[in-house]
Amino acid sequence: LIATFPNIYISTTVQYIDLSINQSAINLQSIMVFEKDLNLDATELRLGLPGSSEESLRISNKRALPDMNDDSGVAAAKKCDQETAPPTKAQVVGWPPIRSYRKNSLQTKKTEAETGGMYVKVSMDGAPYLRKIDLKVYKGYPELFKALEDMFKFKVGKYSEREGYNGSEFVPTYEDKDGDWMLVGDVPWEMFINACKRLRIVRGSEARGLGCVV
Amino acid sequence: RLAYSLSDEVLEHVFSFIQSDKDRNVVSAVCKSWYEIERWCRRKIFVGNCYAVSPKMVIRRFPQVRSIELKGKPHFADFNLVPDGWGGYVLPWITEMAGAYPWLDEIRLKRMVVTDESLELIAKSFKDFKVLVLASCEGFSTDGLAAIAASCKNLRELDLRESEVDDSSVHWLSHFPETYTSMVSLNISCLGSGEVSFSALERLVSRCPNLRSLKLNRAVPLDKTANILRLAPQLVEFSTCTYSAELRSDVFSNLAGAFSNCNELRSLSGFWDVVPDYLPAIYSVCSRLTSLNLSYATIQSPDLIKLVSHCPSLQRLLVLDYIEDNGLEALASNCKDLQELRVFPSDPFDAEPNASLTEQGLVAVSLGCPKLQSVLYFCRRMSNAALVTIAKNRPNLTRFRLCIIEPNTADYLTGEPFDVGFGAIVEHCKDLIRLSLSGLLTDCVFEYIGKYAKKLEMLSVAFAGDSDLGLHHVLSGCESLRKLEIRDCPFGDKALLTNAAKLETMRSLWMSSCSVSFEACKLLSQKMPRLNVEVIDERGPPDSRPKNCTVDKLYIYRSVAGPRFDMPPFVWTKDEDLALRLSP
Repeated sequence: LIATFPNIYISTTVQYIDLSINQSAINLQSIMVFEKDLNLDATELRLGLPGSSEESLRISNKRALPDMNDDSGVAAAKKCDQETAPPTKAQVVGWPPIRSYRKNSLQTKKTEAETGGMYVKVSMDGAPYLRKIDLKVYKGYPELFKALEDMFKFKVGKYSEREGYNGSEFVPTYEDKDGDWMLVGDVPWEMFINACKRLRIVRGSEARGLGCVV
Repeated sequence: RLAYSLSDEVLEHVFSFIQSDKDRNVVSAVCKSWYEIERWCRRKIFVGNCYAVSPKMVIRRFPQVRSIELKGKPHFADFNLVPDGWGGYVLPWITEMAGAYPWLDEIRLKRMVVTDESLELIAKSFKDFKVLVLASCEGFSTDGLAAIAASCKNLRELDLRESEVDDSSVHWLSHFPETYTSMVSLNISCLGSGEVSFSALERLVSRCPNLRSLKLNRAVPLDKTANILRLAPQLVEFSTCTYSAELRSDVFSNLAGAFSNCNELRSLSGFWDVVPDYLPAIYSVCSRLTSLNLSYATIQSPDLIKLVSHCPSLQRLLVLDYIEDNGLEALASNCKDLQELRVFPSDPFDAEPNASLTEQGLVAVSLGCPKLQSVLYFCRRMSNAALVTIAKNRPNLTRFRLCIIEPNTADYLTGEPFDVGFGAIVEHCKDLIRLSLSGLLTDCVFEYIGKYAKKLEMLSVAFAGDSDLGLHHVLSGCESLRKLEIRDCPFGDKALLTNAAKLETMRSLWMSSCSVSFEACKLLSQKMPRLNVEVIDERGPPDSRPKNCTVDKLYIYRSVAGPRFDMPPFVWTKDEDLALRLSP
């Protein structure tokens, strides 16, 4: 069973911009302009890495959202014309200019924090920042939702297997180990925390029309 | 005639009131006799580049120095741009001074390589040694510290800020004898967990009644913190230790009680792993705090706002971007005495922002804090409009360092470069002495800088400009420029050679990943014998590459000491003389 996604997915998911070195050629506003469902304060949305392509649609039999432009942006489909190779994912030496002393402090903290925890990034449409949460801390979906609601100041709707989330503008989704975007709540909690790579709280309109579970 | 009629003793007495180096230098240039008198009574020396002059030359001119400050590696060494082994060794200086200055009592070093041997020599040679400050230094271990602790009976200050110290497993703190009671300032925040014994620390603190500044390392747990505070309620500066623990009410009230006794406390830092629930323990001292360093604390905006609202006297705040725009707005409305703000990125290597911190926060602070002078701000977006607003609100800015994290980012509102924004900064802030640029920038910004930034002493540039004209504007226009550091800009031979004479009026110029050829370096070096032109290139001899190949890194500095003798194999100068190199 292959779900066909309505055109709305193609138009409304272009939120990420190619940050090439030739910045001057880009007018940020013109790219965002047709987004009426999304928060048009588009300048607050943060963007993919230089050189990464705009996302392509994936068709699969899972109830999933279209592929997001994620960190492994070394895509073949480089849309823009670039004379110079853009910086790759590898960090530029000594940039940003942060002292080794401070960098080491941050690293230590990260590794200390992340061993033993299951940290995933959480983003929300319209919010210009990410958070990180430790899934291990929550005992089940209700606790997770409460935490997300507090963190991002929104309300999760009522979940039903058939219809997904009702009664809310926002829907929690997650990217699983296969790279597919799924609705949070579809699978048992244990399975979820082991499969979840990251969370994204999307506008309800995008998630509407998602087909049935596998 | 006046100079001739006053006796040497009178002049010497008058000179003793003149402390600043600049003034002393001016005094010494008045006439020969003033030069002579001044040089015998100069007690404090500052050498901004340890290779600009040799220790013998300093000793020859100033025979009775008591205090010396030396700086070694270029600033960009902080960001790993200078390979290991480049230089900046302090041992030759200590060796010479050990013989010449038996009464030397203060040594302050920055970005230098300090060995245990150097520390042992210090401990042995200077009988009345009082102050040792090692800022961002490396090369020594706790063995060296033990030597200092054991021998320096009158040590008042031991400050290891941000240095890299090897752990030799020696309980060096215990080497302070029981009779030692002079500590006034101790900063060991850079030490690892194995390197400090709590009981030795507590005993030390309890017998040093003049202790005013204590910065402990991360590993000291909360209950120990409370003990130490109770032993030293007279502290003015304190760096707390690790907080990470679930809230326990007994620990909390012990800590809160300890803090409430500290009536002199004005500066707090540390806060590693702080759990927000413990923060109220410091509320009793907050109203008097003038300096707060939360830049290692991963607490979120709501807790930061609460904390900051208790600190109306704050003059200096260092914080992570978790404070967010709304936190900075709260800061702007609560802290009217704020002079310095530094906002660091919590997740600098992530392409996506970790926190809702934008240019708005900085604009709010510039509006609300009339005394704001010094800014260091990491963010992911900026606009020219914001920069112009900041410039107009705060013409009293003296230090402005902006780091827009992604190179070549344009104005998010207009898509334009930030030439106009930074132009406004230099035009309005007439007393600006330090500036760091970022974001998309053309040669235009440098034209503004050359035109307006007449008091600018230090400029840092990265991923900016279009051509040599940019560099030329800066070198020809900035009259007060002392330090210029540039990376990844298309600046080359022309601007450098045209402005060769300017370079001798500056302390140093750093250029890496730019467009300078080795030919130009050699030519510059020939033209300007009092400049050391050092090419840092780990790829091999620059001569072995085609003539149009550009050098990797270039460090040019003025020197009266000639080429240095301790250059590693990857530093190249015009001289082929292998005798000038360290043997491999």
